Amino acid sequence: MPRSKPRSELAFRLGTGAFGVILVGIVAAIGIVLARQSMPSIQKFGLNFWQTETWDPVVGEFGALPFIWGTLYSSALALLIATPIALGIAVFISELCPTALRQPLVFLTELLAAIPSIVYGLWGIFVLVPAVRALESATPEWLRRWPLFSGPPLGLGMLAAALVLAVMVVPFISSVSREVLKSVPVAQREGAYALGATRFEAIRAALFYARTGIVGAIMLGFGRALGETMAVTMVIGNNPRISTSLFAPQYTMAAVIANEFTEAADELYLAALVEIGLVLFVITLIVNSLSRLLIWSMNRTARAVVTPEPVKVAA
Amino acid sequence: MTATVRRKVLSWVFVAFCAGSVLLALVPLGFVLFFVVSRGIQSVNLAFFTHMPLPVGEAGGGMANAIVGTLIVSGLAAAMAVPIGVLSGVYMAEYSGTGFAASVRFAADTLNGVPSIVIGLFAYVVAVLPFRQFSALAGGFALGVMMIPIIARTTEELLLLVPGTMREGALALGATRARAVFSVVVPAALPGIITGVVLALARIAGETAPLLFTAFNNRFFSTSLRQPISTLTVQVFTYATGPYEDWHRQAWAGALVLVSIVLVCSMLARVATRRLERMHAR
Amino acid sequence: MASSASRFALAIACAAAIVAAPAAQKIQINGAGATFPYPIYSKWFSEYNKLHADIQINYQSIGSGGGIRQIQAQTVFFGATDGPMTPEQLLASPGRILHFPMVLGAVVPVYNIPNVRAELKFTGAVLADIFLGKITMWNDPAIAKLNAGVTLPGTAITVAHRADGSGTTYIWADYLSKVSPEWKSRVGINTSVNWPTGVGGRGNEGVAGLVSQTPGSIGYVELIYALQNKISYGPVQNMDGEFAKASVESVTAAAASAASHMPADFRVSITNAPGKGVYPISSFTWLLLYENPKNKTQSKAMVDFVKWALTDGQKYCAELGYAPLPEAVVKLELAALAKIKTS
Repeated sequence: MPRSKPRSELAFRLGTGAFGVILVGIVAAIGIVLARQSMPSIQKFGLNFWQTETWDPVVGEFGALPFIWGTLYSSALALLIATPIALGIAVFISELCPTALRQPLVFLTELLAAIPSIVYGLWGIFVLVPAVRALESATPEWLRRWPLFSGPPLGLGMLAAALVLAVMVVPFISSVSREVLKSVPVAQREGAYALGATRFEAIRAALFYARTGIVGAIMLGFGRALGETMAVTMVIGNNPRISTSLFAPQYTMAAVIANEFTEAADELYLAALVEIGLVLFVITLIVNSLSRLLIWSMNRTARAVVTPEPVKVAA
Repeated sequence: MTATVRRKVLSWVFVAFCAGSVLLALVPLGFVLFFVVSRGIQSVNLAFFTHMPLPVGEAGGGMANAIVGTLIVSGLAAAMAVPIGVLSGVYMAEYSGTGFAASVRFAADTLNGVPSIVIGLFAYVVAVLPFRQFSALAGGFALGVMMIPIIARTTEELLLLVPGTMREGALALGATRARAVFSVVVPAALPGIITGVVLALARIAGETAPLLFTAFNNRFFSTSLRQPISTLTVQVFTYATGPYEDWHRQAWAGALVLVSIVLVCSMLARVATRRLERMHAR
Repeated sequence: MASSASRFALAIACAAAIVAAPAAQKIQINGAGATFPYPIYSKWFSEYNKLHADIQINYQSIGSGGGIRQIQAQTVFFGATDGPMTPEQLLASPGRILHFPMVLGAVVPVYNIPNVRAELKFTGAVLADIFLGKITMWNDPAIAKLNAGVTLPGTAITVAHRADGSGTTYIWADYLSKVSPEWKSRVGINTSVNWPTGVGGRGNEGVAGLVSQTPGSIGYVELIYALQNKISYGPVQNMDGEFAKASVESVTAAAASAASHMPADFRVSITNAPGKGVYPISSFTWLLLYENPKNKTQSKAMVDFVKWALTDGQKYCAELGYAPLPEAVVKLELAALAKIKTS
């Protein structure tokens, strides 16, 4: 064996490994850079930052509670709307639809994911918001008295944001769910049919089997909704007020950074915005890691299913 | 109603629900595409592609500088992301079992999930502040960071798909590891890798948030990498949130161009993937 | 293999050369800031570029707060703001920053009330109460009292304000603080305030867009945005008691008294100025320049531009709804420009 081989092997490993280091380094750098820039704000406000409602740049009082509320509320609502639809699509494409339709449908759902956020925002301002405004104006008086539907019919607000987010999140949840459903062992489904199950019951069994993976898919969608910026800021009304009403304009973490970043005119203001960015980073990191863990563990249990070996006949 | 009939009905209801979800999801897709095409098509003319924006309030003008800007910034992003992404992918594929490869994989997946606005913040601190300059380079950096994980994971998956016999054959013939990988395995996976790059490009061509505080915007036609540059997405955002009817018209045209780019890239990727699958099935 | 690699490298080198080359000839100056004067600035930069094709002044209207921030960070060469920098902000800047008033403009209350075509009259106190969230319906007696002949509907008032840091907000808040002690203590004056109520839009453009698309809304924008977008705006009562509508004449009247007592650094507020025919929500808008910038070529080009804008450029003001600067102020500014180091 020529002696150059182990050395070239090492060079190859180090060479490509270096690029791997760059990748890891970038992720670490994001966390470090964000933490450093937000130091002034962390030192001044500490944990109060997450409990105060006031966002007042005039007096330098920064409380991020309205943004957390807006982000969580809009993402949760979006998931509520998107999950049943996304799962329905995943089930339809993987179990129920005729083979000829499969490819076109997959392409169409991918298209939903590929449309740029700004285009959704544009459509949101000019088409969705007026429609939501009309819907809000048409809400009957007795419904208006509930806090969920209180407030003037602006169109802009939590409902419009949740709808846009739901549309954007559906393709993610559906494509990951489809992958998850694919890894459910065929034996499982066939066993159900052999026992006389209807389509619904067999699929329900498969869904139950894949539940960890599906929860992972939903969480992935949640992570996506949390970080969405452009489409949301164009339809949510940009008002840092905590409200349970669907009609009220509110604010999300990503939207406030986009709107106020270029003009945070002093160190503290800038640090406060970066701190919000840092928290967004950490939250999405946790949600995405958790979701991948769930999907991975589901894949592992699915693969561990032992397929029956053919019986060896004595020769 | 007997239990059997009830179960059957429930099953049909379920099937109907699933079919209905598909239709429901296609409604906003159709809606968005319909509006983008119908409102954009009237404004997408030669002037749109060749003229500069006019002063505020004057009707007419185009987005020539923004279109060129998007091409430049995307090119910069690809130039940065392709080497890092492909080579990281090679490492993850070749040393798949090691702990470090798992860390790289985790880092790639994490980076994929980081919101684009956070990446914009990061790029502002790292690529704008130290140089006291908004620039096309900073914009390319931000978008490049977003492309890296997509390319890395795609490269890894495709390299793992290449049959082990090819790699082993090359090694058996006395090739070094590097030679085996770069002359044999990578070319075999190349169509797929290119598809991955195309998809990543389509994804970042539509990004707005990271460009807001990096490439900024530029009223003039500029190809300089160290100056702010106009991009299609930021321009559409500026025009859409403005009050002038003429701006709205141009925003729809810009949106149509964006969606067309994305559609063309997606279809190309689909065709390429289909051909790859057929190749590997043989 | 070797030839294809070198061909590839050659192609990259050519591309890089093509991209890098043109930067040599043109002087590109980047600025950012107020949306208030964006229409006139954009007209000026375009006209100036026609006269001097090698000078490109790229201005991005991101709001006055942004203009101040970016010039402090030195990521732009010049800033623009309608709210003068505070002493703290000036102290925090890495070099001495000078203010140069460029035009006069007006901030008007714009509204969109279905079926109401008539002009609505406002007083400062009523505007303050609306923006404080104390007056919530259009047919409130306080508004009705000022507008006797108009049938006001029982619709809720939607307040539209700026979501970004804005000099227009500064001017509006400055005026409201002078006419409403409650506004002064509760909200205060700044480019970004803690709004008691309402929805936020980006830039003057965003607020104009919000108001024109939301029935029952009220907002505040620079006059030209109301004119160009055909949004209704009303007269406001001035210190003399008359209801003045924003116009070149009423804004020029507001600057008259300030012209004679202009401070050396040009940072002066002319809201709620006394006098006949004065529009009370008027203001100067300033360009921010470093006294001793690093890039002397850009500095010379910028100073030449400012001289042009203060003299020839003023003729473009009226058609865009801005009032030209008083002669006396222009003279003082041309003298002050000499302080800027251009070599």
